[in-house]
Parts: sequence; C-alpha cells; structure tokens
Amino acid sequence: MNGTWYNMMQAVRLSHPRLPSAIASIRRHAWHGLWKAAAAACVAPVFILLSGCGRGTDSARAGAHTVIAISGSDTMVNVAQMWAEEYGRKKPSVKVEVSGGGSGVGIRDLMQGVVRVANSSRDLTQAEREQITARAGRAPIETVVGFDGIAIYVHKDNPLESITMEQLERIFGEGGDITRWSQLGVDMGRLKAPDKIIRVSRQNSSGTYLYFRAHVLKNRDFKMGSCDMSGSKEAVELVASTRTAIGYSGMGYATKDVKMLRVGTRENPAGFAPSQANVTGKLYPLSRALLMITAGAPDGETRGYMDWTLTSDGQAIVAGAGYVPVSPVK
Amino acid sequence: MAGISTVVSIVSERTIVSLIYLCGISSIIFVFGIIFFVAREGYPFIRDCFDFSGMFLSSDWVPTSAVNKRYGIFALICGTLSVTAVAMIIAVPFGLGSAIFLSQFCGGRTKEVLKILVEFLAAVPSVVWGFIGLMVMNPLIVEVTGAPIGLNVLNAGLVVGLMSVPIVVSISEDAIRAVPDGYIEAAEALGATKWQTLSKVILPAAKSGLLAAALLGVGRAIGETMAVLMCTGHAVNIPINGEFPFIHVLEPIRTLTATITAELGEAPRLNALPDGSFPPDARHYQSLFVIGIVLFLITLIINLTADLIVKGFRGKQR
Repeated sequence: MNGTWYNMMQAVRLSHPRLPSAIASIRRHAWHGLWKAAAAACVAPVFILLSGCGRGTDSARAGAHTVIAISGSDTMVNVAQMWAEEYGRKKPSVKVEVSGGGSGVGIRDLMQGVVRVANSSRDLTQAEREQITARAGRAPIETVVGFDGIAIYVHKDNPLESITMEQLERIFGEGGDITRWSQLGVDMGRLKAPDKIIRVSRQNSSGTYLYFRAHVLKNRDFKMGSCDMSGSKEAVELVASTRTAIGYSGMGYATKDVKMLRVGTRENPAGFAPSQANVTGKLYPLSRALLMITAGAPDGETRGYMDWTLTSDGQAIVAGAGYVPVSPVK
Repeated sequence: MAGISTVVSIVSERTIVSLIYLCGISSIIFVFGIIFFVAREGYPFIRDCFDFSGMFLSSDWVPTSAVNKRYGIFALICGTLSVTAVAMIIAVPFGLGSAIFLSQFCGGRTKEVLKILVEFLAAVPSVVWGFIGLMVMNPLIVEVTGAPIGLNVLNAGLVVGLMSVPIVVSISEDAIRAVPDGYIEAAEALGATKWQTLSKVILPAAKSGLLAAALLGVGRAIGETMAVLMCTGHAVNIPINGEFPFIHVLEPIRTLTATITAELGEAPRLNALPDGSFPPDARHYQSLFVIGIVLFLITLIINLTADLIVKGFRGKQR
C-alpha cells in the first residue's frame, strides 16, 4: 500500500516537479496538517491523469528547467529561502523551492519522495534512517551547512541578563521547582506584571524542541503547561508580546522586542552570549548543526546547489541571517 | 417516433431520479466514510495501548517523550469545555437578544442592514478571527486584566463567542418567526404589553428552537480549530479548580482540535512491523486520531441531546 503511494508520488514528482512544493506551501500557510492530506488527496489523482496526457511536453520542458524541492526545519527556512533566491539569480535554469513546517515534516517528505532535500536542525533517528533507506533504496546523507545557537529569549524590559543550564532545567523540566520570576531574583512588580513565569516552548516534534529536551532537560520531559508554538517565529513573537515569558528559539529569529540571555553553567554562571564567535568556538552551550539531508549522495543539479551553499557566497548568507557559517566568511 | 421519445423520457426521468437519490444519500456515505477512516487510523492504538484512566483522567500529554510516553487528554477536554462555556456566555445572550430585536422591534431597512451585517460576521474566516485575537485582544487583555499572558481562555472564548453569534441569531430568529401569528394576536387582544407578549407567549412557544440554536452554537465552539489554536496560548493546563471563580479564564489552555492541527503534520504515520506490532513512535499519530474519535463522540452526544430535547418539547406541546 505504502510502496504504491511512494511510487505514485515519485511519478508525480518526476512529471510535475512543482507539485510537491505547491502542496508544501499550502501546508505552510495553513500551519501544516490536515490541509496537506486533503490537498494531496484531491490534487494527486488529477495530476496523474494529466501526466498521462502531457508526458511529451513535460520531458521537453524538464531539460530547460530543473526544480529542486526542499522542505523542513522552521529554523532554517529563512536561510534556505535566501539561498534559493540568490541561486535563482546566479543560475536561472535551476529553480529551488523551499518550504518550512519543521524538521520532522522535511524528513517525512524526503521519505515519501516529494522533496529532494530535507532541511533539519536535528540528526536523523535510527528509525528514520532505516525508513529512508528502505523506501528510497539509498542511505541518507547528512551535510552540515551551518551552525545555530538556540537562544533563550525574554521580553526586552526584563532585567535578567543571564541564566544557567540548571535554572533552565528547573524552569522547563518536569518536576522543576522554579515557577516565579522572584525565584530568579527578578522583581516583576517594577514592570507591573505578575510574578508567574510563562514558559514558551515548541510543538512536541519540532527539531528545536527535541534539541532543547536532549541538552537542557537531559531527555526527561517538559513540565506541562508551557505554551507550545508551531513555529520558531511564533515563539519569539509570543515572548515579545508577553512581559512574563521566557522561551527558546533559533538565534536568527531575534528582534528588537526581545532579549537574548547569556547562558552559563553552575561553574560559570555569567555564561556566554549566543554570538557567532561563541557558537563557532563551542563556548555557547546550546549550539547545534544545521543539516541538509538527501537520500544517497546528492547528484546533478542538487549537488551543484549544495556545493554552492558551502562556498563563501552561500556561507555569507548564513551569517547574514544571524546564524553561524561552517567556514569563516571573508 | 412516439415510442422512441417515450423511451427517452423514461430513461432521462430514471437518470434524474437516481441522481437526486445519490445526492440524498451522499451525506450518509460521507459520514460513514469519515467514521471509517478515523476509526481505522485510531484503531491500533485502542487495541494495543488504550488505558481509560491514563487517557481520560490524566492531564499528561507527552506523546513524543523519550522516557515515558503518556497520552492523557483530560486537560485538553477541560480546555475545550472552558472555551466553549465562555463562548456560550457571550454568544447566547447576544445572539438571542439580537434575534428578538431583529424579529420583534425593528423593520424595513434597519432589519435588512442588520441581517446582512450578521451574515457578514459569519463570513469572516477563522484565521482572521484568530489574528484579531492574537494582535488586538492579546495586548488589550494584558492591559485591562493584568493577566500574565493575553492568550488564554478569555481571549479564545471571546473570539469563538463572536464566531458563534451568527448561528445563534439566524436559528433563533427562525424559531421566533415560526411562532404562529394567532398566538401573538391573541396576546395583544388580551391587552398584553409587548414585553408580556414576548416573555409569556413568544419565547415559551419558541423554546425548542432556541435551545437548538444554543446547542448548535456549542457545536460550532467545540469544533473551532484555527482561531482557538492562535488565541488559547496552546498550553496543556487545566483552568478549572475548586477555587472561586472555578473557571480561571486568564490561564492559557489547549483544546482537542488545536492539538490535532498542531501535531498531525509532524507525527509520522508508520507501518506495522512484520510481526503485526507497531513501533512506539507510531502511537503519536494514532493517538491523534483517537482524539478525533473523542471529538466525534462529544459532538454526537450534543446533537442527540438536542434532538431528544426538541422532540420532548414537541411531545409536551401536543
């Protein structure tokens, strides 16, 4: 059953390379989920019929124009879109179409063959690795294209400057005892705001959520009652509009309405700011790799594109978006 | 020649009859199709790891845990019910009041304009409502009430309440208009004032229809997804406890519908292993469909209650 579905999607993808990204963009605007299933179910049969009729013209067009469909990590979607635009100017014959949705969505799209590349801000699990190998016939390859620090955000008026990993665990982790700002030495009365800490988290399959759980909570669970936002940007926006909030998100999403805290440890409570230098030097404790995952080694135009993202031009975009390049940018 | 045209007319007659028949039963087919699909996706979860108290009495919703996956939806049910309650506190009085005004106290142009505006309220997409909650009401609620966060039961309840008003208005207006003119004329002939006519004659006569209007509003509020996802704060939290005022409307919550929307996109749909069992990661997707079944049952119960109450009233009237 699923094999047939995979073959069908492959057929659609080959004859109509724009379709997956159309579905993906519908999903992005509808905040993933049900729409995807509905749209795919309605559109796929129509396109299969069409592809039966118009195969000749399609293959002729495919020679002049290649589309690389990419989906995945919400953290990476800004960088990926800037790359796609820049590459489109450099090489108009290749069209790169990017959508977000979360690392899990990208990995699933890669499994189903609807995209060539999955952006991911986390490593593949063993189960995902096996499924991609089984369905695509080739083992997945992870390419590191940049680094990201997960920043701890508070409202811009919050007087707090730094926080330790232990405090974060006690705020966000199950059974943690910190629930009020006064426990962190912050007097919310001066901001005319309640003392209660509002925790801003991410939906439970986001790559950022899983990273935070693994590195801050040591794989134990989150305390119930956090506001679980569906995107990196939404999480930062909620912190920006809520004086009592604390949340985590990619460092590229900082705005002028939020403050990024320095993150330290028990030994070094002053900590390090999530700056490019501190992430490159592995001093900032919440640093991670940004990955582009392909089924098998990238080939053809995909390879050309991925090689370009690692050149100093491509890496300059990573730095420009607020993330940390793999190699120093001139 | 005459024979052929008779045959043609019989055939076309039959075709049209069967087409209309198909249209008639299509909604039944769709309902059963949806039940079948939702049940098929959720069934493996119910078969293998369903635990009544772990699901309905626990509020730990941690389907992607690395150490201990838990599927408690008690907090989600409480979230849905509290938003619905606040929404109805707003929608029923306002909806009923405007239906009474529309049908009894205004006429001509005012009525036309008002009806168009109420219908316009129903045409606003739920994402737009959600956006209003997120951008307008969020800072306003923090400013006015001093709540720690503006995305909470009150915000979502206000938004969903306003969304349900048009349904309550149009159905209760129909119910009021269906009261026979003879009743009203008789009341006026007895010298009843406008208020007496309304409270003693019209509203009692229309009460089954008014109840149906309120229950349909409840159905709308429970099923609302997008606006609720944006306005509740989406936090697994029980806003109800023994302390006054029992429903704490300034706390962020999460509803059943919003949970499905937010998580289904990333929950992997995994196949059974060769021995027929499922890998642990497959349960998240299946448990979301079980939430779908729960939602389905809740709305089914509401609709059945509405039907029974309406029938009961009819029985008494005869």
